[in-house]
Amino acid sequence: MNGGPLRELGWRLILPIVLIALWYVFTEIAPMFHPALLPSPVAVVRTFWKLLWNGELIGHINASLLRIFYANLGALALGVPLGLAMGLYRPVERVLDGLVSVFRPIPPLAWVPLSILWLGIGTLSVVFITFLAAFFAVLINTMAGARAVDRLHMRAALSLGASQRRIMTHVVLPTVASYVFTGLRIAIGVSWMSIVAAELIAASSGLGYMITFYREVLRTDAIIVGMLTIGFIGLAMDMATRRLEQWLMPWRSEYRLA
Amino acid sequence: MTAATKIAFRDVGKRFASASGEAVHALETVSLDIAAGEFVTIVGPSGCGKSTLLNIVAGSDEPSQGEVLIDGHPILGPSAERGVVFQEYALFPWLTVAGNVGFGPGSRGLSARETAARVQDCIAMVKLEGFERKYPHELSGGMRQRCALARCNANDPDVMLMDEPLAALDALTRLSLQEELLRIWSETSRARPKTVLFITHAIDEAIYLSDRIVVMSDRPGRVLPEIRVPFSRPRPPEIRTDAEFHRLSDEIWLLLRKDP
Repeated sequence: MNGGPLRELGWRLILPIVLIALWYVFTEIAPMFHPALLPSPVAVVRTFWKLLWNGELIGHINASLLRIFYANLGALALGVPLGLAMGLYRPVERVLDGLVSVFRPIPPLAWVPLSILWLGIGTLSVVFITFLAAFFAVLINTMAGARAVDRLHMRAALSLGASQRRIMTHVVLPTVASYVFTGLRIAIGVSWMSIVAAELIAASSGLGYMITFYREVLRTDAIIVGMLTIGFIGLAMDMATRRLEQWLMPWRSEYRLA
Repeated sequence: MTAATKIAFRDVGKRFASASGEAVHALETVSLDIAAGEFVTIVGPSGCGKSTLLNIVAGSDEPSQGEVLIDGHPILGPSAERGVVFQEYALFPWLTVAGNVGFGPGSRGLSARETAARVQDCIAMVKLEGFERKYPHELSGGMRQRCALARCNANDPDVMLMDEPLAALDALTRLSLQEELLRIWSETSRARPKTVLFITHAIDEAIYLSDRIVVMSDRPGRVLPEIRVPFSRPRPPEIRTDAEFHRLSDEIWLLLRKDP
């Protein structure tokens, strides 16, 4: 079972290769579907290259990534301080908890109509909707982190002569940091989900827009290109956050097992 | 004796409300004087309030009656002069060994250079050289407790409070750390006497380490007769097989058993 990294990769690739082979067989060799319902992988790859070289795909990727970036930046800028305040200070939590509890279960997409009315169709609306999705993930995790500060660590720090301020920077923040990272990873995941949906309705660029556009002109191959692009970018971003986390917080890898 | 008294317990008692709201009587009036430079161990069954006594000295808990004086002054809260070593090590997982040991000096406003020198000395004393850049999760239990000892020592506290520091370790590591502990204590006491208040439920550990053993009864905790340990220092490990060692051990065991 456990061989080198190459064998590991082999195991992971088996299923995708089998699926692509089946896809190829039933579209190219023994066609069973109309190309508008399921185009062949060859057509998808061809369209991918074409959209890549003429710059269209890159333009949509850029638009979506930029919105994701702004949305998550906003989610961090607002979610971390608010989560800290709510996690550490009871009165703040008492005041805000009701509001958060009501707004959190509202799916970001339910905000689309309001956000179109308020912010119009375009980047602002999409960023707002994506922000909402990311914000709650960051907020909830930061709050959990602030509450997860180990009492024993607090006592140890106090008996070592640490001031309240030092406890904040050297005990509370490191504990919270790893939770914020978990929150950020979840936030990036949910922001991909909601950005595509938001762009379907409220934008004229981005990968979500690209998918709707090609649905209207019945170019299924381009739809699939858009979908797979989203999948791979999402995967790459998740891997990048994990790497960043390992690099910034080397103690975390085994901390949870200890 | 009174002039050199470091820690004085004056009729210290503790009650608290349990989860169901009834009053729990954890400690009954405890009075006890610990001299500067003395190694005193409190032995007692779990739940006898011995950790509560230690927490009160640490400043993280308050008595509901009586008071504890350090050098004749009441305790106002936790302080770097009273270092604590916990059974669960309580190392900061996000700091390396050097970072953990340097936490105290850094908290007290020592410069980076002074802190680094202090860290090096303290790590050398617990024989963790070469592990400075490791994180706690990369260390064995014994090494973690050495690191925690070094961290406590880095502040050069007058009083060291140890709450069952060896209880989580395997028997062999435990024996070797008992010897290490005495060596470290005597080395650090050279410049200035260091008072140790040590909590354990292991009788042999108490005899091997201490000058004096305070035996406590089950809840509500009371102090049963105290026992002076006659062995001179430094103590070779062989005293554990001494007839007197076993006699003392039986005596303490009987005290604990007799108590209903």
